[in-house]
Amino acid sequence: MDNLLSIVTFIPAGAALILAVFLRGDDEAANRNAKWLAMAATTMTFLVSLFILAEFDPNDTGFQFVEQAPWLLGLQYKMGVDGISVLFVMLTTFMMPLVIAASWNVTERVKEYMIAFLMLETLMLGVFMALDLVLFYLFFEAGLIPMFLIIGIWGGANRIYASFKFFLYTFLGSVLMLVAMVGMFADAGTTDIEVLLKHQFAFETFSVAGVTVVGGLQTLLFLAFFASFAVKMPMWPVHTWLPDAHVQAPTAGSVVLAAILLKMGGYGFLRFSLPMFPVGSEVMTPLVLWMSAIAIVYTSLVALVQEDMKKLIAYSSVAHMGFVTMGIFAANQQGVDGAIFQMISHGFISGALFLCVGVIYDRMHTRDIDAYGGLVNRMPAYALIFMLFTMANVGLPGTSGFVGEFLTLMAVFQVNTWVAAVATTGVILSAAYALWLYRRVVMGDLIKESLRSISDMTSRERWIFAPLVAMTLLLGVYPALVLDITGPAVAALVGNYDTALTAAEAASQLASN
Amino acid sequence: MVSADLTLVLPEILLALYAMGMLIVAVYTTKDGLAPTLIWMTAAVMAALGLWIATTGEGTATAFNGMLVLDGFARFAKVTILLSAAAVLIMSEAYMKSRDLLRFEYPLLVALSAVGMMVMVSAGDLMALYMGLELQSLALYVVASLRRDSVKSTEAGLKYFVLGALSSGLLLYGASLVYGYAGTTLFSGIIETAQHGEVSVGLLFGLVFLISGMAFKVSAVPFHMWTPDVYEGSPTPVTAFFATAPKVAAMGLFARVLHDAFGNAVSDWSQIIALLSVLSMFLGAVAAIGQTNIKRLMAFSSIAHMGYALMGLAAGTVLGVQAMLIYMAIYVTMNIGTFAFILMMEKDGQPVTDIASLNMYAKREPGKALAMLVLLFSLAGVPPMLGFFGKFYVLRAAYEAGLAWLAIAGVVASVIGAYYYLRIVFFMYFGDESKEGLDSGGSNTVLWGFLMASAAIMVLGIANMFGVETAAAAAAETLLN
Repeated sequence: MDNLLSIVTFIPAGAALILAVFLRGDDEAANRNAKWLAMAATTMTFLVSLFILAEFDPNDTGFQFVEQAPWLLGLQYKMGVDGISVLFVMLTTFMMPLVIAASWNVTERVKEYMIAFLMLETLMLGVFMALDLVLFYLFFEAGLIPMFLIIGIWGGANRIYASFKFFLYTFLGSVLMLVAMVGMFADAGTTDIEVLLKHQFAFETFSVAGVTVVGGLQTLLFLAFFASFAVKMPMWPVHTWLPDAHVQAPTAGSVVLAAILLKMGGYGFLRFSLPMFPVGSEVMTPLVLWMSAIAIVYTSLVALVQEDMKKLIAYSSVAHMGFVTMGIFAANQQGVDGAIFQMISHGFISGALFLCVGVIYDRMHTRDIDAYGGLVNRMPAYALIFMLFTMANVGLPGTSGFVGEFLTLMAVFQVNTWVAAVATTGVILSAAYALWLYRRVVMGDLIKESLRSISDMTSRERWIFAPLVAMTLLLGVYPALVLDITGPAVAALVGNYDTALTAAEAASQLASN
Repeated sequence: MVSADLTLVLPEILLALYAMGMLIVAVYTTKDGLAPTLIWMTAAVMAALGLWIATTGEGTATAFNGMLVLDGFARFAKVTILLSAAAVLIMSEAYMKSRDLLRFEYPLLVALSAVGMMVMVSAGDLMALYMGLELQSLALYVVASLRRDSVKSTEAGLKYFVLGALSSGLLLYGASLVYGYAGTTLFSGIIETAQHGEVSVGLLFGLVFLISGMAFKVSAVPFHMWTPDVYEGSPTPVTAFFATAPKVAAMGLFARVLHDAFGNAVSDWSQIIALLSVLSMFLGAVAAIGQTNIKRLMAFSSIAHMGYALMGLAAGTVLGVQAMLIYMAIYVTMNIGTFAFILMMEKDGQPVTDIASLNMYAKREPGKALAMLVLLFSLAGVPPMLGFFGKFYVLRAAYEAGLAWLAIAGVVASVIGAYYYLRIVFFMYFGDESKEGLDSGGSNTVLWGFLMASAAIMVLGIANMFGVETAAAAAAETLLN
């Protein structure tokens, strides 16, 4: 199995190709076939990807399952996973069958819908596995196309605006990264990420057009990558595309967006920014930490006043991603471990929350919080599941949400106490908006006439939630499942980061003497 | 000696003789009745010549005391020109036949302009350059106004002619200055003058005028004004032709003059080209946003694309020329597919060019819409399509030549440009169900084939670019030595 990673990556694309070429017609049978084929392909991808997890050796901090082939212009087709990326691969393959199952009720242009999601899965997996700068960029950017179509074709009323905003916003963020990649290629003479991780980019301070750039080239490269990943994360203040995209996207699109696409930004920080530009990262760390703290508090406050359920969860996602960036740029073992953990756990929790919204949206066709109330009377199972994920979102100990928040807060406390203090208030605020949402939607008497005949979850819906519930609780009580895999790789990353900073400091002191 | 020279330019001679011979044959036989045959024949001749040039000829040779240069660069450009011209000719047949536009002069004029283009890209002397340029342009002026009874078409031809003549004047003026200060019209002589110390002001002055004249031909800003009107007014197959082969030829000529004649003064012209490039990219991106006619939109799109190709040229390095050649090859392929799609746009049997008429096209013709989607994202430079790699090459060339600001400007312009390509996608995929759209079905197999092939190349080409990369590298290598 020399090319296990490629097999996993391209199974969905192969299925999409089969759908595109061989499936004809628009009738009931064709739609059913499209759904089952997509389901089979994503499930198979998940099963095959289990081999990656089984054969993965956490104590090896290098890249594993590496595949390499020459490509155009001295670029390479190079894939591989390490302790940082392997869990994102697993998260993607785990979520996709659930996403397909959650789209079982789609009736319009089913074939295209399934093709878009299958292509998206291939591209997302490619992002987490690519070990060549341009290959990474290729997967990273290409993912915009299916997502643009998913929002634009199957989205809500204001879908055109949301899809254009999504595409152009993220595209603008990424093209600067492309220039930075060209610059790295010119500087290091290669686009191989494995080599670039060991390459030292210049960090001598210089001035461009009268502006002194502390950290030199590294800071400029950092900023270019930051523009892309900060938009993708999304970080305050460039998060405004996310609520629009989430609200307008169909349920499955929201799930993918929240559970996987947002993680690309965090993954990018860990793969590129921190290890490749340590000096640049250090220069920018105070800014990033404060941006994260502001994001946590500000977006939590914004979430409090939302009237649209999806928008509320979208803002809460931005707040939770604030914990991630905070943990990453605390740049110590707990911080990075916590950030990865938080991303994985947020993948399950936010995905589940969007699915929860989807369940009642499918019945009532509205996401207004005001339209609901007292659902517990008619939908006890739903109330239970929604409560679990609300609590997980708040960070209740025993759920996976707690571990990530706790680790990142602990990490940042060692680096910058003020940021930690501000960010901790976000935990309280998140409890406020999440519990208030739950209270307004689920609790109370069922007084709305329209809700009298609402039915509880079907068995299909229950089965979609079952794996998510299991993962949330499992990781909550036994976080070592994740941390054992990430631990050694993160230790190596943090160690290299500290070494590089010490070396840089010594070099600059030598220069000033 | 003479026979050796003639052997080198045999493809040009054969094509010219073919065109003139067929002109006589057609005049004395059924005239326009012969046109369909002529189209296929001309395309076949051009494609055969293209393949011949691609497979034969090694190294660099000069003919007529350096008037013409036949090197890897010229061969690469000629193959691209001939194959794209042949493709466009084949695409035009059905469209022109059904609109009663099919005249026997059309394929022959295209062949003659191809001869001009071939001379352009292998010119080694200012006179040869001008001859090639004029032969090409004169043929193009006529085909622009092919639809004689349409005001727009004749306007397009006239506008093109008047402005083209002006640019030829500028170019000639520049050539005369260069001749005056260098004492020769041979590129190899001019470059030697430049070698002895600094380039004189007079020579630079001449160079600026030469650049202006050539910038007109590639429709770079600020010499682009004719492009939207000519693209809109000309019959669509002719527009497709304008957007492909002549652009390659003009770009080839540009590179040829700058490197062969002024290769020692890279720092002098690099900034001019960089300015043309950045202006073209931004104007092309911004002005296309408001367009409702897809042909005008493609005009602005081609202006923006020329900006990117010029970015490679501005680098002034081997990598830059290679990037430019690859960019042009990809650009031509994309445009052939896109115009095949535009030629198929019909409503009630009549051609339409309104973008809004694409409303919900994806629902009626999912296959064609998907191919167009691929082409549009490729034009916008979104990975994984081949168009992205074209941009990546030029960005890299510009960055390595120290033009990082140009690279940044280029990517910012590409984001603005992405908007109008997305707008077409928006009409095709997210439009309003209740409104009417184009006819579906019953379209021509040839056009369908070109559209699908072009889209397939955009996706499959990312594996190895079908060897174009190495060919372009070799071609660029020969130009700079």
